[in-house]
Amino acid sequence: MTESTPQNQNLSRRDFLKVAWMFLGGVAALETAGVFISYLQPRLAEGEFGSIIIPGKVDDFPLNSVTHIPNGRFYIVRTDDGGFLAVYHRCTHLGCSVPWDQTAQKFICPCHNSQFNRQGVVENPPAPRPLDLFALTIENGELKVDTGNLIQRQTYETAQVVYP
Amino acid sequence: MEEKTSLPEASIFERMRNRLTPEGVPSDDRGRMRMVMDSLILHIHPAKVEVTSLKWTYTWGLGGLAALLMMILGLTGMVLLNNYTPAAPQAYLDILKLNSNVWFGEFIRNLHHWSANLLIVVAVLHLIRVFVTGSYRPPRELNWLIGVAMLLLVLAANFTGYLLPWDQLAYWAITVGTSIVSYVPLIGQWIGRLVLGGTEVGANTLLNFYSMHISFIPLAIFGLMSYHFWRVRKDGGLTVPKSSKQTEDPSTISGQAPKPERVTTIPHLVHRELISAIGWTAVLLLFAMLVPAPLEGIADPALSPNPAKAPWYFMGLQELLLHFHPLVGAIILPSLAIIGIFMLPFFDLNPKSVGVYFRSQRGRSLTLLAIGIALIVTPVWVLLDEYVLNWTIWLPTWDTLISNGLIPLAVVLLPLVFLVDWIHKSFKADTEERVLFIASFLFTAFIVLTVIGIFFRGPGMSLYLPWNMPILTH
Repeated sequence: MTESTPQNQNLSRRDFLKVAWMFLGGVAALETAGVFISYLQPRLAEGEFGSIIIPGKVDDFPLNSVTHIPNGRFYIVRTDDGGFLAVYHRCTHLGCSVPWDQTAQKFICPCHNSQFNRQGVVENPPAPRPLDLFALTIENGELKVDTGNLIQRQTYETAQVVYP
Repeated sequence: MEEKTSLPEASIFERMRNRLTPEGVPSDDRGRMRMVMDSLILHIHPAKVEVTSLKWTYTWGLGGLAALLMMILGLTGMVLLNNYTPAAPQAYLDILKLNSNVWFGEFIRNLHHWSANLLIVVAVLHLIRVFVTGSYRPPRELNWLIGVAMLLLVLAANFTGYLLPWDQLAYWAITVGTSIVSYVPLIGQWIGRLVLGGTEVGANTLLNFYSMHISFIPLAIFGLMSYHFWRVRKDGGLTVPKSSKQTEDPSTISGQAPKPERVTTIPHLVHRELISAIGWTAVLLLFAMLVPAPLEGIADPALSPNPAKAPWYFMGLQELLLHFHPLVGAIILPSLAIIGIFMLPFFDLNPKSVGVYFRSQRGRSLTLLAIGIALIVTPVWVLLDEYVLNWTIWLPTWDTLISNGLIPLAVVLLPLVFLVDWIHKSFKADTEERVLFIASFLFTAFIVLTVIGIFFRGPGMSLYLPWNMPILTH
């Protein structure tokens, strides 16, 4: 009965306390890091970019149109069959604002000449993926765009279009 | 009647002073001034330094100039705080007021701006000096690491300071610069959001950058700087060529080496530092009086200028982004470069040529060869990649990471491998000379890319000749 297992022999009280202190110290360090990282998380305010923005009613946007909503940083793209896309105006390459070129019928980035079609799909690199979308819903004929809900995509799919 | 002591009663101020200097104070003004200065100076410097390390054309006084610039930046930065609000759009209005309503406001800002930009140049030159004289070799590896860390912090200080005026230049340079972070695999997007305080540069970003710029970064630089100075002493002062310490005389072997010639730090080193500091301060003051720091219109998140360029010291990086997939151009290549710079003292060990510019006569020739080749090859490659090579169109079904990233990377790096192999075989270049060759080649190429990015890129980031650059108005 007095025989202890080899593990018990190896782990003296001093060693156990040493390990325990190191473990607790590690936990404390992780907690501190967690506090700082949470503290530094982005802060959002109601009604500003990052919250839900109402760009207008369904009928405000003619078929086959692209309308810039500056305070929401997005375009409302209306397809020829009446669907809607909320396209973030930020280039997926290095973050420049992409203007809509009406004559070329394309989004053309001034910074590195990335080009996107009406649905935001890359027609000319260096942009690595289509323009991002914001979650869009339609309630009582009114568009609602959640600018805190960014949707990144690799391709264009018809499922991305929202119909009234 | 009580008899007075013959000692005159010391005033409270005299007694205080006597307590502060228990060894006693020299009786004359000159001696007292000297005492204070000397004890401060000898706290940083050793009492004696080697004559060869004092030679102007050996160090070019670059480390000292960097320290001087840090002092100027600290002073001007401190007073700039009194006229600045880190909020949008107030920050921009404050800069306008600083320029028009504050005595010497524009001058102080110019001095801060130009000193910060000069500091990058000086820190890089200092790094080059230490590299080409092999002064990072054992036992000085740690100080090399600290120096490189300080260079990264100086870049961070410059980058965070760049946003503070909140003009178009600042806004879009920081937008482009921070977008690079989002290409780090897995955690990039998350880090980007944390740094920006949102999905794009805004009021939160301004506050984040301001706080970094005035607290963490200067504190970290100050701590590392103190350690850097102390380590210079600890590692035996500046490097000097072996030949000045030892000769081929047989007496060296028997332990009777002729002592290197040493002189006292005061006045020989201190006078040189003082003269250099006064000269550079005069140059900086004059420059700040004559050349205003740039300031454009107020930041407009909806309107990207064409072209939108990163700060000048990141233009080499932005140029890489035009030629490579962002993961290769913005993450893999810069990380390899930084790791390579950190690792240098651990595979370039030979203590023989410490203190000798370019290692040897052959090293000097190979450096010139590397610079020459890079000066020719880099612009040719930029032109080829701009107008001829188009891997994404030639290989449309391939992932762009391969067609626009790994293939061009191989095209660029393989010739360098053959080049190094060639100098190894044809010139019998040893490790230290090959390291010198590769570093000279890559650094020259980077400088060429930076120059192309700053001066040859116009609207749409297309190539133009600098004197033919179209000017766009919005």
